[in-house]
Order: sequence, then C-alpha cells, then structure tokens
Amino acid sequence: MDRIITAVIAVVGVPLVLLGYIYLGEWVIERLPERVQVWIRPYFWALPAIGFATIFMVYPLLRTVVLSFRNNADTTWVGLNNYIYFFTFPDTLTSLRNSLLWLVFYTLFSVGFGLIIAILLDRVRYESIAKIAIFLPVPISAVAASIIWKFMFDYQPPGQVQTGTLNAALGVFGAQPVAWLVNSSTNNAALIFVGIWSITGFCMVIISASLKAISTEVLEAARMDGANELQIIRLVVTPLLWPTITVVGTTMIINALKTFDIVYVLTSGAYDTDVIATQMFRQLANAHYGRAAAVGVVLFVAIVPLLVINIRRFQQQEEQR
Amino acid sequence: MSGVQVETRRETARASAASVALDRWGHQLQRLPLHLIIVVFIAIWIVPTIGLIVNSFRSLQDMNAGGWWTVLFPPHGFTLASYTQVLNTENVTTSIFNSVLITVPATVIQLAIATMGAYAFAWMKFPGKNLFFIVIVGLMVVPIQMTLIPVLRIFQATGLAGTFIAVWLAHSGYGLPFEVFLLRNYLGGLPREIFESAEVDGAGHAVRFLRIAVPMTLPAIASLTIFVFLGVWNDLLVSLTFLGSSPNRPFTVVITQLVTSLGGGWQFLTAAAVLQMSLPLAVFIALQRYFVRGVTAGSVKG
Repeated sequence: MDRIITAVIAVVGVPLVLLGYIYLGEWVIERLPERVQVWIRPYFWALPAIGFATIFMVYPLLRTVVLSFRNNADTTWVGLNNYIYFFTFPDTLTSLRNSLLWLVFYTLFSVGFGLIIAILLDRVRYESIAKIAIFLPVPISAVAASIIWKFMFDYQPPGQVQTGTLNAALGVFGAQPVAWLVNSSTNNAALIFVGIWSITGFCMVIISASLKAISTEVLEAARMDGANELQIIRLVVTPLLWPTITVVGTTMIINALKTFDIVYVLTSGAYDTDVIATQMFRQLANAHYGRAAAVGVVLFVAIVPLLVINIRRFQQQEEQR
Repeated sequence: MSGVQVETRRETARASAASVALDRWGHQLQRLPLHLIIVVFIAIWIVPTIGLIVNSFRSLQDMNAGGWWTVLFPPHGFTLASYTQVLNTENVTTSIFNSVLITVPATVIQLAIATMGAYAFAWMKFPGKNLFFIVIVGLMVVPIQMTLIPVLRIFQATGLAGTFIAVWLAHSGYGLPFEVFLLRNYLGGLPREIFESAEVDGAGHAVRFLRIAVPMTLPAIASLTIFVFLGVWNDLLVSLTFLGSSPNRPFTVVITQLVTSLGGGWQFLTAAAVLQMSLPLAVFIALQRYFVRGVTAGSVKG
C-alpha cells in the first residue's frame, strides 16, 4: 500500500514539482534586470537535464576511470594492477574474445538479414504482414527471448525424447542431439543468434524505410539500361542505402559491445560464453570494484571511436540545418 | 470471308490470353525461390515465440514428454497449470506489481525533465550550449556499465539503494541524453514565428513552453513514451544492480533469478515469460504505426 502511495506521489508529484519550478523560477527571473535574465534563463531551463546527466553519467564515468586504478576498498592506488589482471587472466580474455565475436557476427548478420529481408519483402504483396512477423521479437524483452530460446536449444541425452525444437529437428534427419548452450563450439554462436533474432526486425524496418525513399525512376532507368535485378540490388540499391546501413551498423556495434541480458539469463557466462558486460557484473557482484571498473573502462575505450563518429555525424547534420 | 477472319481473330485472342496466363504462371514460378526464402525467414522469426506460448499452456509432464508440436495431435492436453503455479510462486505477483511501480514513474520523470531541457536547447542561446549538447550526443552511446559502481555508491551513501526512487532516478539519468537529443530536434523544427508572435503578445517562457511547445511536440513525446516505457519494463541490468535481491525488484529480475535457481524445473516459467512479454506485444500490435515511426525517427536521425 505504501508503495502505491509513493508511486502515485511520484507520478503526480514530479510534474507538479516541475511546474512549480517553471512558474516560480520564471516569476523570479522576470523580476531580474533584462541583462541578467537573458544570461540566467537558459541555464535555469536546462539545469534539471544537465544535472541528471552530470550526476548519473558524467561524474560516474570519470569516477570509474579513477576507481580502475584503485584497490577494491578504494583506499590505495594500485597502478595498472586491475588492467594487468584483465589482460592476463584467461577468463577475462575469453570474455574479450567473445565480445569481439559478438561485435563481428551480431553486427554482420543483424544488418545483413535486415537488408536482405527488406529487399525481398519489397518485391511481394504480403510485405506488411511479413514485416510484423519479423519485427515481433523486437518489443520482447531479452529475458523473455532467452526463455523462448532455452526451449529451442533444449538438450536431452541421446536416446531420450528431444523436447527442444532444434534437437528434435536434427533427430528427424537422424543426427545426434547437440548440447547447444554447453558445447563450447556452438554456445557462442547460439547466444549470438538469439541476439540477431531479437534485433533483425529493427534493422529491417529502418533499412526498409530508406529503401522506400529511393525513387522508382532511378530503378526504371537502370532497368531500361538492361540491368537485371541482382545488378540493380548490388549496383544501385545498396550504394544508395549505404548511409543508412552505416548508421544501423554503428548502432548494432554498440549493442553488441553492451550485450548483457541474453548471456546472463541463458548461460550466466558459463562454458566460456562470458562477454565483457557479464564479466564486469560478476566482478561487481563479488565486490571486486577496482577490477569491475577496469572492465568498464575497457568497454568504454572500445566504444570511443563510435562516440567520435556519432558526434561528427551530428555536427554534419547541424551544418545542414 | 469475313466469318473466317472473325474466327481467326478469336483464335489469336484466345491464344494470347492463354500465353498471358502461362506467362504469369511462369513468372510466379520464377519467383518461387523468392517466396520460399521469405517463408523460411518468417518461420525462423515466428516459430520460437509460438513454441513458448504453446508450451505455457501445457503441463510440466507433457513438456518433458514431448516438444510443443505434439499438441498438434490429440490428446492436446491444454492446461493453465503453469500460470497458476507461477502466479502462486512467492514474489512473482509482487514483482509484476513492482514492474508497474517502477516503469510508470520512471517514464514520467525522465520525459518531463527531457522536454524541459530540450526546450532550452532548441529555443534559447547561451554560452557553452554547443559544448553541452555535444556532451549529450556523446553520452547517448556511453555504456551504462561505466556508471554502475559510482551510482551504486551514491545510492548506498544516501540510503536509496534497494528503493524505487533509486531506479526511477537511475533510469531517468540513463534515458535523458537520447530523449533530450530527439525532442530538441523535433522542437527546433517548429516554426519560429509561432514563438515570436507569442512573445510579442507578452507570453513568458512558462506559457510558451506549456501552451505552445509541449502541445505541438505531443506526437514526438507519445512515440518516445512508448519506447521509454517498454525499455524500462524490459530492463534487467539497472534493476539487477540497484535492487538486486530487494523486495522491490521487478518481474524481469525475478524471472532471471528463478531460471538460475530452479535449474531443472524452470519449464513452468514459460507462463512468466508469456506474461512478461504480453504487455510489450500488446502495445506493439495496438500502436504499430507509432511504434515503427518511432523506430525510424529515432535512428535515422540519430
């Protein structure tokens, strides 16, 4: 009961507090000299947003960098020890390798499938209904998606009834069942595929939107010149879609590096499936704060190039405005 | 003479109609691989979810005796046992409730603050504005893992760790950069004349914001609300870190903890997963158009 009251207070109270902040603040500001008004007003309006961003993102980011050079209790400097641990301990190196696998294959296949499906569906009449089917996993949480795929990957010893869809299908062809999530030659591929399955619809929708924006005249002209469908896709459509593909691709790379939920729910990082984010969470849960911070910094450093690309792209857009 | 001519003309007409039909068949036959590939994709993307939903209506014994496809043959053996079991499991009903109590305020808080900040960035000039905004654009891609330890310390120091307030604030902080970015682009696209004429009429910034900016931005705010709401509803990492084993933890955390703790008997969690995803799926199916529009607006511009 208390909790409902708190929630209601939050839902009603926050907008009320903000309204009060706006009216009261503006009341005060309007009574200041004109010169001061112009100077102070923007900061007053942007303050809550900037404040939140500072407390929850900018400060913690800098603090994490500092913590990565400190011991777990944050009492002494330990130099590069936490990083040395990260780059020499086999388990953390495995997580680094797996994150690289995620980065390459998750990005390649989610964007690739998205592109292929968008192009194929553009040529059939049941496009809209097919799109819904492909997009359906996108709103589903990674937790629910993991349980969905736990059934797909389910494994029973040979000779028993295979209740997992994939192993039952293998059985139809007379093949031996595979322990998809335990076998270290299949488990990373299996986890990455769950990620691809969850996000392909997202890529497809965005690529499809810019595919529709390509004028039919361009395509007609190519056909008049005697190009066949495959040539049109390769030489006309794909180059025109390239800007969209790079935007979607960078988003997918960031997603791949941040991957946590699927691995945490399906294997908890066991059997060599750890990724950077699950590794970091484990260090954090074990109160190895220095090491956890170092893992976080490694993850951040990997994302910095994308951060620069994002800011560059933003600046180009601003010039066009 | 003329009769013969008519006859031949009819013949050719019939022949060409037949060849058109044949052509169409040939054309469709050529396109058969296209349809087949599409059908395979659709099957891979939809069958796993159907399997889960079917399994959620089967008994544990049936689930262990055969895959979900066995319901195609009698006896079908549908039952609500998994649902009653999961809803009677300690914590589950509480956690569904918690999910609502986390998601609604977290969504309201961040969108209110983001709209206000976006207004300043769109319609005011101040020193450092570009720099602040570039920082916000940069923060959009910063992994939240980078912030978890210091934020956890802040919550521990202030006694907020394990409370709803902690996750409301954390979600708001993490969501803000993207929201400010998107809303600022939308707000900045509104016609300048409207704001100028309101200013001439003596309307202060409070009035211009609440009576002009917010109502005109509602389409963007609505799309964003759907996304923020589902993002928080589906979140695992933030709640796992700041609520952990607290009684306030949401549905996703409880499901995850049950999967690992139950080991062999996790199958009845099908019902929990179906319950967890039914809200996002209902929202998606009901608001499909906003949903797709939101996806494309958010990333093509981002």
